[in-house]
Amino acid sequence: MAAPVSDRPGIGRGPRRARGAQRGSSVAGRLAWPVAVVAGIALAVLVLPLAALVVRAPWGDLTELLARESVLQALVLSFTTATVATACCLVLGVPLAALLARAADWPTLPRRALRAAVTVPLVLPPVVGGIALLMLLGRRGPIGQLLEESFGVTVPFTTGAVVIAQVFVSLPFLTFAVEGALRSADRRTELAAATLGASRWQVFRHVTLPLVAPGVAAGAVLCFTRALGEFGATITFAGSLPGVTRTLPIASYLAMQSDPDEAIALALLLLAVSVIVLLGLRDRWLPEVRA
Amino acid sequence: MTDAAGASSAADPSSAATATRPSLHADVVVARGETRIAAAFDVAPGHPLAVIGPNGAGKSSVLAAIAGLVPLESGRVAIGARSVDRMPPERRRIGVLFQDYVLFPHLTVRDNVAFAARMRGSRAAARAAAEPWLDRYGLLALADRFPAQLSGGQAQRVALARALAAEPDVLLLDEPMSALDVEVRADMRAELATHVREFGGATVLVTHSPADAAALADSVLVLERGRVTQRGTLEELRASPATPYVERMLAASGE
Amino acid sequence: MTGRFAGSAAVAALAALVLAGCASAGAGGTTPSAVPTEADTEPTTLTVFAAASLTEAFDEVAEQFEAEHPSVEVTLSYGGSAALAQQVVEGAPVDVFASAAEPPMQTVVDAGLASDPGVFATNTLELVVPAGNPAGVTGLDDLADAGLRIALCDASVPCGAASVKLLEQEGLVAAPDTLESDVKAVLTKVSLGEVDAALVYRTDVIAAGDEVEGIEVPGAASVVNRYPIAALTEAGDPDAAAEFVAFVTGDAGRAVLAEAGFGKP
Repeated sequence: MAAPVSDRPGIGRGPRRARGAQRGSSVAGRLAWPVAVVAGIALAVLVLPLAALVVRAPWGDLTELLARESVLQALVLSFTTATVATACCLVLGVPLAALLARAADWPTLPRRALRAAVTVPLVLPPVVGGIALLMLLGRRGPIGQLLEESFGVTVPFTTGAVVIAQVFVSLPFLTFAVEGALRSADRRTELAAATLGASRWQVFRHVTLPLVAPGVAAGAVLCFTRALGEFGATITFAGSLPGVTRTLPIASYLAMQSDPDEAIALALLLLAVSVIVLLGLRDRWLPEVRA
Repeated sequence: MTDAAGASSAADPSSAATATRPSLHADVVVARGETRIAAAFDVAPGHPLAVIGPNGAGKSSVLAAIAGLVPLESGRVAIGARSVDRMPPERRRIGVLFQDYVLFPHLTVRDNVAFAARMRGSRAAARAAAEPWLDRYGLLALADRFPAQLSGGQAQRVALARALAAEPDVLLLDEPMSALDVEVRADMRAELATHVREFGGATVLVTHSPADAAALADSVLVLERGRVTQRGTLEELRASPATPYVERMLAASGE
Repeated sequence: MTGRFAGSAAVAALAALVLAGCASAGAGGTTPSAVPTEADTEPTTLTVFAAASLTEAFDEVAEQFEAEHPSVEVTLSYGGSAALAQQVVEGAPVDVFASAAEPPMQTVVDAGLASDPGVFATNTLELVVPAGNPAGVTGLDDLADAGLRIALCDASVPCGAASVKLLEQEGLVAAPDTLESDVKAVLTKVSLGEVDAALVYRTDVIAAGDEVEGIEVPGAASVVNRYPIAALTEAGDPDAAAEFVAFVTGDAGRAVLAEAGFGKP
């Protein structure tokens, strides 16, 4: 028995497949034509507006527009807040995702309630989210009053409020991405780790977390881009002050009224950032996320 | 056998007196769905027991209960004088070889084998402790590969080395041959038998193949539909099979 | 085989329906109706874009107008004048535009969509605080107090432009915590108690009633916002649009505006 006949790769039912194996076979060639046509139209719906934006952009003045203080302020603010918000989402979202995954064993009502609570910011219009945050953390809100009386801290109209609004709307993205990764991970790897002497925390740290890292990365990317684009909750809860709370989306909304060229430049900036973030990270850290 | 830093004297089991190893006492009742599985047995170190039975008999459930991976409805599991049935799996010191190995896909072969030591110490110390195991199991050449790049036989070796490197008191093997292609089974069985003998501790293996039982175990426990129907050596079973299943099983194997 | 064909045909038909639906929903209704708009035919809809500060006044005006013209239904859309002007320029199907200052109207005129706008009202600013005046604000200089929470309109909207003028006139540098894109957003922050003081129109103070308190600013009378109104050249029903404009500038409209606190044009 010279060559190992049983050289088939892959044991266990873990989430990783051998690289290159199991790519979906090209389906486009076998698509029924009405489906292909509608899909093409759908694609056009998504792509054409952005193409129009690029085409109608004031390319000649772009450098001057982008160098304006109002634009740069908004850019720096948006980036900073979105990064901090993503970090917060990671800290809060991973354990929440772990809870959600475990809740699969719970009885129906508590399980559904938990899931609904996490989903709400996803389906809520962002302005409503902003109003809700104001009700809680505003000057007359229960926690807002507490903060003001005990610590002299007020939340609305601060950059912190921007971060809070962004966390509120983008936390579900990260949580669900991580939960998906957790669910598809093989539970038995955790059991195997336990038989090898790992405590619950060690299992989480050495087995669960690394296995969900790709899912976490995907979630973080989604979270970041969502936070970057957040408008309704931010403007309602945090206000709009250049350099403090006027993020890129808010700045472009305002600019649209007085200086459309600046608005388009800001819109282009947002578009470019989103595309770069989505493309760049996907290749490096998410080789297994199916495009 | 070189004794790497951190490896205890038990790394050289051929000199370990099996008398110092504890035996396993299992008297378990496990719930599985609507049914109950009950089995009671003792396993002495150096005398592996094969739990054999048809699919669905509950063999794997018994193993899982002993390891602490599923809760006991009632009963007792003791290793030597230590009663472990109330302990979480990480404290029982029971090693498990899972049916499809369940290697950690994100860790190299070396880090898989070193895992138990890593739980107790630093990464460097763990890797050092893993060296002799990699050597003994012929895994040095594969040490930096990932589980996805291993063949079935190689994966089994890694899984076994990983379980035994943890220096457990008891070893449980769940259908160890079933994930392998038929052509390699005979060779791998022999290899596994060697390692189990070297381990020398109380060992229970679950299988539906009498060939496995013959090669790896001293005595056999027959589990049918959640109940023990016969216990003894293979010769004893052959001489007087207690149930039609035993008779059919032994006849069909012809090994 | 017939089953499969029927399936694809159904999908294609459904797709066509959906597309047709999307297209017509988006197109809006500016196609001029060939049907005369007399009382015995279907009601026409008159779309009016008005500055946010006109909310309460124009609601009342629209009601009275509809009472006098039963065949016309008035649809009102309020917002920051500059934003509304932009929407008109970008092609929103609007019949009448009323702005809180002249620059946004000028934008619409420059785009050739309005001609001959007329000023129908004026407005001045007033300092406003939440009911009970929790921060003890006394006058305009408090707006320079960085320790207070201040909301102002952004300079790009008429209310904000006026605020800037007023502050310059009084020689103050304000320390705002937020610059909102329309005056009603500022007013809401005050009535919610989230800010200690703000500058809004005196008509807004009147409209908000008990939720807020106004503090008159002596110099505000010299910073006047002039409100122009115009029927748009691409109005769906030019006659109805002209009638609405006439109503607003006529006695009935003036009475409503005066009661709301607007000044005479």
